[in-house]
Amino acid sequence: MKLFTFKPGGVHPPENKFTKDKPFVKMSPPSIAVIPLSQHIGAPNTPTVKVGDYVKIGQVIGTSSGFVSAPVHATVSGEVIAIEARPHPLGKNVQAVVIKNDFKDEWIEEPKKRSLEELSKEEILKLIREYGIVGMGGATFPTAVKLSPPKGKVIETLIANGAECEPYLTTDYRTMLEFTDDVIDGFLVEMKATSAKYGFIAVEDNKKDAAEKLDKRVKERGIKNVEVVLVKTKYPQGGEKQLIKAVTGKEVPAGGLPLDVGVVVQNVGTLKAIADAVLNGKPLIERGTTISGTAIKEPGNYIIRIGTQVTEVIEKAGGLTKKLRKLIFGGPMMGLAQSTVEVPVIKGTSGILFFGEEALEMAPSEESPCIRCSRCVDFCPIGLMPLLIDHAWRRKDLKEAEALNATDCIECGTCSYVCPAKRHLTENIRYAKQAIIKQRKIEAAKQAAFEKLKALREKQAKEAAAKKAEESKGGKENG
Amino acid sequence: MDEKMIDLVVTSSPHVRDKVKVSSIMLDVIIALIPATIAGLVFFGTKHTLGVILISLLSAEIAELLGAWMFRKPVSVKDLSAVITGLLLALVLPPSSPYWMVIVGAFSAVILGKWVFGGIGSNPFNPALVGRAVLMISWPVYMTRWSKPFSPVFGPNAVTTATPLNIIKLHGFSRLLAQYGTRANLYKALFIGNVGGCIGETSALLLLIGGLYLIIRGVIDWKIPAAYIGTVFVLSPLFGRDPLFSILAGGLFLGAFFMATDYSSSPITSKGRLWYGVALGFMTVIIRQFGAYPEGVMFSILIVQLFVPFFDKLLPHVYGHRKEVKS
Repeated sequence: MKLFTFKPGGVHPPENKFTKDKPFVKMSPPSIAVIPLSQHIGAPNTPTVKVGDYVKIGQVIGTSSGFVSAPVHATVSGEVIAIEARPHPLGKNVQAVVIKNDFKDEWIEEPKKRSLEELSKEEILKLIREYGIVGMGGATFPTAVKLSPPKGKVIETLIANGAECEPYLTTDYRTMLEFTDDVIDGFLVEMKATSAKYGFIAVEDNKKDAAEKLDKRVKERGIKNVEVVLVKTKYPQGGEKQLIKAVTGKEVPAGGLPLDVGVVVQNVGTLKAIADAVLNGKPLIERGTTISGTAIKEPGNYIIRIGTQVTEVIEKAGGLTKKLRKLIFGGPMMGLAQSTVEVPVIKGTSGILFFGEEALEMAPSEESPCIRCSRCVDFCPIGLMPLLIDHAWRRKDLKEAEALNATDCIECGTCSYVCPAKRHLTENIRYAKQAIIKQRKIEAAKQAAFEKLKALREKQAKEAAAKKAEESKGGKENG
Repeated sequence: MDEKMIDLVVTSSPHVRDKVKVSSIMLDVIIALIPATIAGLVFFGTKHTLGVILISLLSAEIAELLGAWMFRKPVSVKDLSAVITGLLLALVLPPSSPYWMVIVGAFSAVILGKWVFGGIGSNPFNPALVGRAVLMISWPVYMTRWSKPFSPVFGPNAVTTATPLNIIKLHGFSRLLAQYGTRANLYKALFIGNVGGCIGETSALLLLIGGLYLIIRGVIDWKIPAAYIGTVFVLSPLFGRDPLFSILAGGLFLGAFFMATDYSSSPITSKGRLWYGVALGFMTVIIRQFGAYPEGVMFSILIVQLFVPFFDKLLPHVYGHRKEVKS
């Protein structure tokens, strides 16, 4: 197998993949499922059920007419007891359908099997959309949209992302090991849906066994245009831009999409979900998630129903071993710290990390002055100068931050990670980025208003001139 | 669920940080300087030289506290940066430096070289070199009084000598060669450090060991010393100077590995560091050849560090941008 990597930059934090050798265990369904209506990037869903309704597993409970959207399905059977704003792992409270599980596990319809041969491109995309598949690496972008390029763009290369470069997380690893054929099936479905010519399954070289297993199956099944490749164990190797650079040597243009270079990257977990949906007729109602960290009694890889709240996850994973001080959804580099244990597992939840008091030392909040060591510059996988963007943000000099390409930041956290002065570089660049984007929107609105006013003035002037001309004409006539 | 078991803090990602701290980096630099420091004590005796080192260290620490007080900044003694300034200053002073002069040098280095610009991370020059420049201009006689290795620094038996660069400036290379017999002997003396010079600059070997340690530990970028030393090696023959002699003699290794690599006064981009090293080499060769002083390392570093904002404009390639964008 070939070995690729991105350059320059990147780090190798301690892997801490303690749950590596723990096979997936099905977590028992929750007694209450809290299913947020929005679990994807794009238009929010509106509920299709009401309080008091009885719902079955797989039943659509929220949908949207927007193009960039994905429906959500009931993940347990039972009564809808509330539709209200509830805590959401991405931050704000979001409308959620709350279902009281009757533990009958009734399905709305028996999942039906299909074979890839009998499905057309359009049918595949329709199924992927209907079954609510979104990017499961954490970005939650609706998969059907990702696979439908706008006119004029062609998808040439598909890359299956099995890098899993975040420390602690082992979900993708276990998926590749235990559901090897599903991952390959999902990949073939995607290849057909996009008519892509080449396919690469990229796995970090700390998961060689998974790569070898995939490689063996690809060869045994006689699949010709799919190649399993190794990528160097280096963070953020699994970042979309980095992986594309590593595997194809191409760079996604700034502000553009992988589609602009004819590539689509898909997380291996998503591929398994695609296989489940398209070939086995199962909507996205559960997902593999790594439960790890020092404060949970039984860390492991669990298959968890979407909508299971962390409160129940804790119970089902043996309880806490010590006072919980930090709860992270995702990995430690890019994951989101949660403010409450009421949040539910959603489609994008690749891992849940539980930490005690030591979390505060893992990421100290106290900063010391920048010593210009330039480690942040040397390790930035994008080629930015984090220290200068940070300085600019502290001065609230947005122009300077913009000139330093702050908007190209992928927020991977490498700069903050390597900073010996423990400065909050990623955080401040994120603020700068948001402020610049907001500023651009304001400028665009201003410009639009100005154009409108200009047009109005011109129209008025024209009308006035016409009136004047008429008047003077009339005057002449009168005179 | 037991409410008392949960007390969540919310912070922005990343939620883990590297173990490297400012103080651990500084400690690495100190460790890397230990071999050269010991060499200085061996060659020039502990009697006066140890005093120079200790007084420089102590004065730098006191100056650090004074600076923090003067400029109303938090006391940052823990970051060990003043220890490095004090140690580096001592290593670039002649063994016979009077103690009072060392104190003036250390205060100049820390206050004038660092605190007036805003403290750690804000100094445009290497602080130790600012201190040395002040002494060089103020007391040139003391700053050019060189002791012969393995002989008393003071007293009736004290022997002074000229540095190798001094000898070739005054009398030419042949005179120096005559003193050592063969080129091999000369190179060996310079490599080991058995020649006249500043306390810590004479042993190229031990400085090289320290420098390699810093490169391996990721503390300094190899490009600065490599470009600096390489440029001196390549350009010296153009002026009829022996290339190997030119890189081993004087303060080049100490300057290239430990002075020019000072974080806040060196470029932050990879390309910038490469060309900064080349510029340093060029300047050193020019000063050695045409300047009033036989050695040019200190003034080259101070001059080229003024141009660091220029070298910082040699930007890295930004992912997804066709060409480098101006900042």
